[in-house]
Amino acid sequence: MSLDLLVSHYNYWVVIFLMMVGFYILISRGNLIKKVVGLNVFQTSVFMLYISMGKVNGGTPPILIYGETDVLYSNPLPHVLILTAIVVGIATTSVGLALAVRIKEAYGTIEEDEINAIEARTEATG
Amino acid sequence: MSAHLPILQVVVPLLAAPFCLFLKRGRMAWGLAVFASWAALAIALALLGQVTQEGVLSYAIGDWVPPIGIEYRVDIVNAWVLVIVSGIGAVVAPYSMASIEREVEAGRIPLFYAAYLLCLSGLLGITITGDMFNVFVFLEISSLSAYALIALGQARRALTSAFRYLIMGSVGATFIVIGIGLLYVMTGSLNMADLAQLLPEVWDSRTVKVAYGFLAVGFCLKLALFPLHLWLPNAYTYAPSAVTAFMASTATKVAVYMLLRFFLTVFGAPFSFDVMALDRVLLPLALVAIASMSLVAIFQVNVKRLLAYSSVAQIGYMILGLSFATVTGLTATLLHLFNHALMKGALFMAMGCVMYRIGSVHINAVAGLGRRMPWTMAAFVAGGLSLVGVPLTVGFVSKWYLILGALERGWWWAAILVLLTSLLALVYIWRVVEVAYFRDFPGDEATREAPWTLLGPTWALVALNLYFGIDAGRTVGIARQAAEVLMAGIGP
Amino acid sequence: MRGEVVVRVGAKVLAPFIITFGLCVHFHGDYSPGGGFQAGVILAAAIALLALVYGLEAVQKVVTPRFVRACAALGVIIFAGVGVVTMVLGHNYLGYDALAEGHAGQHYGILGVELGVLVTVFGVMVTVFYLFAGRRGRTQ
Repeated sequence: MSLDLLVSHYNYWVVIFLMMVGFYILISRGNLIKKVVGLNVFQTSVFMLYISMGKVNGGTPPILIYGETDVLYSNPLPHVLILTAIVVGIATTSVGLALAVRIKEAYGTIEEDEINAIEARTEATG
Repeated sequence: MSAHLPILQVVVPLLAAPFCLFLKRGRMAWGLAVFASWAALAIALALLGQVTQEGVLSYAIGDWVPPIGIEYRVDIVNAWVLVIVSGIGAVVAPYSMASIEREVEAGRIPLFYAAYLLCLSGLLGITITGDMFNVFVFLEISSLSAYALIALGQARRALTSAFRYLIMGSVGATFIVIGIGLLYVMTGSLNMADLAQLLPEVWDSRTVKVAYGFLAVGFCLKLALFPLHLWLPNAYTYAPSAVTAFMASTATKVAVYMLLRFFLTVFGAPFSFDVMALDRVLLPLALVAIASMSLVAIFQVNVKRLLAYSSVAQIGYMILGLSFATVTGLTATLLHLFNHALMKGALFMAMGCVMYRIGSVHINAVAGLGRRMPWTMAAFVAGGLSLVGVPLTVGFVSKWYLILGALERGWWWAAILVLLTSLLALVYIWRVVEVAYFRDFPGDEATREAPWTLLGPTWALVALNLYFGIDAGRTVGIARQAAEVLMAGIGP
Repeated sequence: MRGEVVVRVGAKVLAPFIITFGLCVHFHGDYSPGGGFQAGVILAAAIALLALVYGLEAVQKVVTPRFVRACAALGVIIFAGVGVVTMVLGHNYLGYDALAEGHAGQHYGILGVELGVLVTVFGVMVTVFYLFAGRRGRTQ
């Protein structure tokens, strides 16, 4: 793999880096809020993937310019798609945080190992 | 009007959901939910009728011609899945009234029905759409409402199971979007039928293979294939009974449908089986899922959790059928989608009746119920026999075609495994039956049979279990036709 | 922040402008960047600003939780309703050409649908804000 290839695909490296960071937080942290944050970073990497693929070299923003026929526009479709995905991400985050709030009220903690300990104890006693 | 049926299939429950929020009384919201789910079933049956007579239906949303606009495309495969999903919805909706009033606070009941209808329309939307990104949108509609529905369970562990499902489900959905994005990069199209034409030209590219991998992991998370099933047992155990019955019979089925649709229609059966060796990847996972999860189910003390592990094993049967890579195997998969929805629906609904009267689904809680609640336990026995695969039940029909598929490939060991694991199913069902019929009832003398509003829908499913077990010609015919469509693909 | 004159007056002056800006973003959404989602978030931000400065109770007297919850449901009905109207007029679902002759139909359709998005997003965002902000620490 040549250096040229590495540099010209830099957007993919950013995406992969963000994805791995998000995934790592998601797996390694026991705190439920941090898990939601990790999920967010993970989803953001996908937004970047889509947005960077809509870019056309030398293209203008995809807003129609009247009277000009010879204009190169960027591809607007990935942006529209990802707007939807961002909304979905917000919905997921708020559901996740709402669950975290209720877990805090029910268990008194949002640390996963403490919750597991409480669950194991209640399982044992009945 | 009949030309608009594909969109009405999704819009009717989608539009009914916000109206539920305006209704103050739970019973009124319930009435609306029942009406919407019955309407959805009527539309699905009408669509199935149209498809068998006229062939593939295509509906262009907003008058935008496919492949530019979003297309709703109904063929025999998704018409079949639509009937399964809306059929279960139509049975669970009337059942939920009494069950939900017992298990959910009164103030949240309209919210429950709104979430239920959103989940139903999301699942129907995934099934009917012919646009890949639309699949993701509907997938998230159904998943988000499912998280909310599960969190409505009484025990506080419902919250933690919903949270875990949320994390794993979102990761799965994000993997699916990555796969869709990579396919879009390669082809510039999101329409499934269009992609099926475009993809063979770029089969060799690494991007397409990476997309395939991402999609495979995403779907397997969503359909809870071993070893990505970890979210499922707790979610099914702690959700309200009506939600468990609904989710167990629809959500994973729709995920299996997504897998079939993407890998066999969009990528095409030759690419999946010859290039990517999908069958050889799925076969060991399916075998391990069937054997290990049936064994795990035997040692459960919570009956709902026992049935949940059994569900993971049953998903293994569906994937086993797919991994035969033949029309017969796929027929078994598609048959088992329908048949498993019927039997698991009946079993979980019987457990909902127990929950309603006894307030627990621990195995000791069913002690002596065979005499105290005879209809409920009879329904459980009937559903259980179907799960085991006794002749004259639908379970027998699916197992029969699975074994036929295995023998067709010459894999007699797979056929033996199917038979042996049926014995494991007999063991875990027998454990419950033994406690229910051969122990004395320890509780209150006043405990009566569950009300008919619960028993009616449960027995409706049991009746279907027996009816389609005896008169299997129609279901087998449709499943075989659908399997042939899937294997043929719509490629060039 | 009840004692901070600058903050109180600033919020009071800014809020109407934020709301106007939100509506501006909405009504330009059919042919330029903007649209219901962004507009709904901007409107909800105005409410959130007022609630932060004047307190949740004061704002909830004007914009009641019941109202915003109804908004969340109403928007979906508007969105899906536009589709049903075009269907009744003989076109496909969300076929905006049914609404008027020529290009005007597309404008009306997009504005109608985006209005639904605006109302829902506003309702959901404010509801989420109210629920999280109004939560008193109720631990076991």
